[in-house]
Amino acid sequence: MPTAIEVININKTFGKHHVLHGVTLTVEEGTTRVILGGSGSGKTVIMKHMIGLLKPDSGEVRVFGQNIVPLKQDALVEMRKSFGMVFQQAALFDSMSVFDNVAFPLVEGAQKVSKEDIKRRVEEKLSILGLGQAMQKFPSELSGGMRKRVGLARALVTEPKIVLYDEPTTGLDPITTDNVDQMILEAKQKFGVTSVVISHDIASALRVADRVAFLHEGTIVEDTSPAELRKSQHPFVKKFLSTWFDK
Amino acid sequence: MAAAVSPALQKLTRPLEVIGSGVIDGLDDLGAVLMFFFRVMTRMFRPPFRMHVLFTQLEFVGVGSLFIVLLTGVFTGAVFTLQSVDAFARFSAQSLVGATVTLALARELAPVLTALMVAGRVGSAMATELGTMRVTEQIDAMEVMAVDPLGYLVAPRVFAGAFMVPLLTMLFIMVGVAGSYLVAVIFSGIDEGAYMARIERWLDPSDLFQGLSKALVFGTVVALIGCYKGFHAAGGARGVGQATTGAVVIGSIAIFVLNYFLTALWL
Repeated sequence: MPTAIEVININKTFGKHHVLHGVTLTVEEGTTRVILGGSGSGKTVIMKHMIGLLKPDSGEVRVFGQNIVPLKQDALVEMRKSFGMVFQQAALFDSMSVFDNVAFPLVEGAQKVSKEDIKRRVEEKLSILGLGQAMQKFPSELSGGMRKRVGLARALVTEPKIVLYDEPTTGLDPITTDNVDQMILEAKQKFGVTSVVISHDIASALRVADRVAFLHEGTIVEDTSPAELRKSQHPFVKKFLSTWFDK
Repeated sequence: MAAAVSPALQKLTRPLEVIGSGVIDGLDDLGAVLMFFFRVMTRMFRPPFRMHVLFTQLEFVGVGSLFIVLLTGVFTGAVFTLQSVDAFARFSAQSLVGATVTLALARELAPVLTALMVAGRVGSAMATELGTMRVTEQIDAMEVMAVDPLGYLVAPRVFAGAFMVPLLTMLFIMVGVAGSYLVAVIFSGIDEGAYMARIERWLDPSDLFQGLSKALVFGTVVALIGCYKGFHAAGGARGVGQATTGAVVIGSIAIFVLNYFLTALWL
């Protein structure tokens, strides 16, 4: 299977804090790759490298074979047309309504889309995510879960080849969590979307993942299938998973 | 191997080190702002041109600052005239009040005070808005959606500053002269003919150009510093607060420093 994203031996330091230690990771096209790990383990930092929001101190990040580390701003903008991203705190534009937030990448992005088509696509995505009644509301009027779903609708509205999900189910109720999982699975099955999901929600992660990497203190300690991960002998992974098995 | 430095020598060199690192940091920041300015300029003259975003900013900088600038203008003209009438009366030269006040308004007071008002109102707002967008990942989200935040957020704000501050300065001069006329002619009884004739005689179009060219520079710098500070904010609410304070303080200092050099260029 062709590779969509390759992270090759990257290191990243913020001040004195060494966050990533030689991380290597491959995401194959049309698959869902989950990166599990505790808070502060560096998961979001890996994701930001994948889309060029951060540059590694050393190592390479390849997207569809192209090393994006040396790319200038214009080339990065071009590369990002293949991506959608769901942010941990949704990152909605608080001066815009829900409708305008979701329409933003279609209105301001590089794609030329007619007004009718924008309206249709935005309404369709919002309805699927149960936000049909909230289109004219502003982000400050929404609950945390609703904000997250708006962020998800915004990431999917351009129908990108790769979608990055930063903690997509954190703070959601079980039914909405299931809906989000279904959306990730449907995006893969219907449109062949490649997904990278960052999570510490084990149940959700194991449901959607084709392959799971487990990040601990800036290092990948497991890189395996969901079924194999359950048999991991790594002490931290065992402890992490036991909290879920105990439930 | 480096030679050991005695404690006494260290005491002597310490102040130099502090000054030196301060100068280096200052030059570093100046270089970063200039690079930022260059990147913004490249976005200003290439598509996509988002007129709706630009007009929103023109309205915010221009129309939004109108009241405060008019109020400052009329009282500056009025109080400067009060002082001038009192001073010029000592050598019976009250007829020069109009020309003196108008010249001072056109060359110095209007561009500087307008820019200071805009720095307080607009520069701070730009830093706060962009800073909040930065720390809540809204700017990252924009980048991910292949929308260049420098082109979408910064270029229209800097253009609006550069375009609107000269217009506001012109209005400042007009209402400043009106305030001056009111105090000089109506309240202090200076002859209207002499007041107007001296203005006509001593004021040259180049005085106005001097003031407006300064306003253009100040408007650009105030908006640029506000955007730069906000765009590079980090560390949550505290970082946004620091960006806002920095935008107003550095913006105001920049106005005074640049004013000296621009005046020296013109004279």
